[in-house]
Amino acid sequence: MDKLIVSPSPHDENYTKTTNIMLNVIIALLPAWGAAVYFFGLRVIPLTAVCIGSCIFFEYVCRTMMKRSNTIGDLSAVVTGLILAMNLPSTLPYWMAVIGSFVAIVIVKQLFGGLGQNFANPAITARIVLMISFPAAMTKWVEPFTHTDLDAISSATPLPLAGTDNAVSYLDLFLGKTGGCLGETCALALLIGGLYLAARKIISLAAPLSFIGSLFILSWISSSDPVYQILAGGVFLGAFFMATDYATTPITTKGKIVFGLGCGIITFIIRRFGSYPEGVSFSILLMNVLTPYIEQLTRTKVLGAKEAEKNEG
Amino acid sequence: MKKLNGIKLKHRKNTENSSTVDFPVPSKVTIPMSMTMGAPCQPLVKVGDTVAVGQMIGDTDAAFSAPVHSGVSGKVTAISDYRNAMGIVCKMIEIETDGLQTVSDEVKPPVVTDKESFVKAVRQSGACGLGGAGFPTHIKLNPKADIDTLIINAAECEPYITADYREMIENPQDIINGINMVKSQLGIKSAKLAIEANKPEAIRNFTAMAENDDTIDIITLPSAYPQGAEKVIIYNSTGRIVNEGSLPADAGVIVMNVSTVAFLYRYMQTGMPLVTRRLTIDGNAVGEPKNVRTVIGTSFKELLEFCKADIPSIKKLIAGGPMMGMSVPDINMPVVKTSNALLAFNHYDERKTSNCIRCGRCVRVCPLGLMPADIDRAYKIRNIEELKQLKVMLCMNCGSCTYVCPANRKLAETNQLAKALIPRK
Repeated sequence: MDKLIVSPSPHDENYTKTTNIMLNVIIALLPAWGAAVYFFGLRVIPLTAVCIGSCIFFEYVCRTMMKRSNTIGDLSAVVTGLILAMNLPSTLPYWMAVIGSFVAIVIVKQLFGGLGQNFANPAITARIVLMISFPAAMTKWVEPFTHTDLDAISSATPLPLAGTDNAVSYLDLFLGKTGGCLGETCALALLIGGLYLAARKIISLAAPLSFIGSLFILSWISSSDPVYQILAGGVFLGAFFMATDYATTPITTKGKIVFGLGCGIITFIIRRFGSYPEGVSFSILLMNVLTPYIEQLTRTKVLGAKEAEKNEG
Repeated sequence: MKKLNGIKLKHRKNTENSSTVDFPVPSKVTIPMSMTMGAPCQPLVKVGDTVAVGQMIGDTDAAFSAPVHSGVSGKVTAISDYRNAMGIVCKMIEIETDGLQTVSDEVKPPVVTDKESFVKAVRQSGACGLGGAGFPTHIKLNPKADIDTLIINAAECEPYITADYREMIENPQDIINGINMVKSQLGIKSAKLAIEANKPEAIRNFTAMAENDDTIDIITLPSAYPQGAEKVIIYNSTGRIVNEGSLPADAGVIVMNVSTVAFLYRYMQTGMPLVTRRLTIDGNAVGEPKNVRTVIGTSFKELLEFCKADIPSIKKLIAGGPMMGMSVPDINMPVVKTSNALLAFNHYDERKTSNCIRCGRCVRVCPLGLMPADIDRAYKIRNIEELKQLKVMLCMNCGSCTYVCPANRKLAETNQLAKALIPRK
């Protein structure tokens, strides 16, 4: 006891750290990732490794060049890499995946100040950049279980097939036995992961429920098949893992509900009236941009607070 | 009624079954002239004077303050400047004890005839809130508004501390008598004794004692920190909200700590002012955690030795609880009126602060519904208008936001710094 440490209260320590939260997100993504390996084959593994590895690399290089503390230990770059991989078709050339990681980590995340400071979801933005830059490669989906063939049979995602004779059965959609980005097809595994995060109180279900719920109701009213609409495409991946991203969605429950509603509505509009078959990524990106405004309007009510005085002085 | 937010803490009430032990009168005491909120007192004695137990040794003309008494008999050996844990500089009287504990002639039961003489007697007792904040009791008991409910704060929501709990177990009748005394002197209709659910024995005892008295309600508070915070306890026991800029009295309530009300009752019977207090001594550097009653002015070091603390290993010493207590910079600092606990730890939180990830945990736990993450951002860019809109002035520094922050951001501290940016009207 040469010197006593003096610091402001509280002195009690809590053991939930950023790293634990990121680790839990990784755990929650594993079932869907495992399903992807099962359906789309072993190429999923090196593709994921490339995404994660390049994300960590870019994070490290960026922080070093900007003379900031090294943050690869917080695992957020791993989460970004993993979610990015989940958003890619399993056939994507590796170098394109590296470009995706560059966009996610360097442009979207680090240039805006790093973890928690980015205005848009890194993985979503990378997916959109890749989709616009390499539309052919980004839509080269594989039929499940055809991965042993050297030239994998490309297939459409189930979305454009909705209402046609080729529509995929609900069960296949729920289990993920359909074409699509590697991590988005297995609704069951994504649901398990999402519920795990909710049970660990890492995410709130407000945004996923209002997202999926509003899309369901709008599809129902407009007499498209609502169950098909929520199971097909990237809705579950987007709702549970990207519309719940801390940095780019509102903090309050009210705000999260508004965010989810917005995502549902925009997804519906793009799918129904737009030229893209899928609208989840754009809806989340658009709502990311609106987040600061939603947050302004959905602040908590402070106990006993007086209304702000309009004319001061 | 919607419950206010709170956090689950490990209670660590290791000393709840430790009966109070009296610490022997130390050979020397040092008594600061500022131990309560408000103006510091001026010494009434000089170096070389002899003093007796219960003798007033410091007082002030300022209304918002409380006088200081000696808990020992002996000789004043020094009067020096002293900087307390709040950073306030005041005089400190050092008394070498003679071991006789001669009681002063001043100590006699006060004569109380009406409310005015009651409030005056309360002031003479030197009483202040014994729960830790140290609000002068005579100010609290002389409200300007009409009061219909007296709330007795027996939440003791901080981990480790059991000083109030032992009062409830050891002197329950003093508490009930004290409640009835305050009620009748101030003409308050009903009282609520609010106890946190983690003290079932106290709840049972008082429920039985108050069974035939409809003017005293026993309230069980949920076990979620911070139940003992004034606004929280008022809301959770009466449903009333203390508005921004008003006092509890404006909502018709007075909140008193449970040990304070028992002390006041004993003072009215004996005339012995506030010169001793019970405190919990615990923490992982303490070999034998105890509840100790000692005279005010005893040095922390002697108490830690008494409880077999491994003094060389202590890295952090806290006066009060781990959530709102003050870091003690010097182990020789004395016990003051508000010392409800002394916690000694052989480690401290060395984690680095990292970026806010906007997880919203701080917003979820704030009992008042503040948004510490947004305040943190507004503070960083010194946006005073935004800070005002975010109502940072209402933060009571309970520390819940800092506690839950996964990035280890010192949000509660930032709130206090942000308050200082806002000009007072």
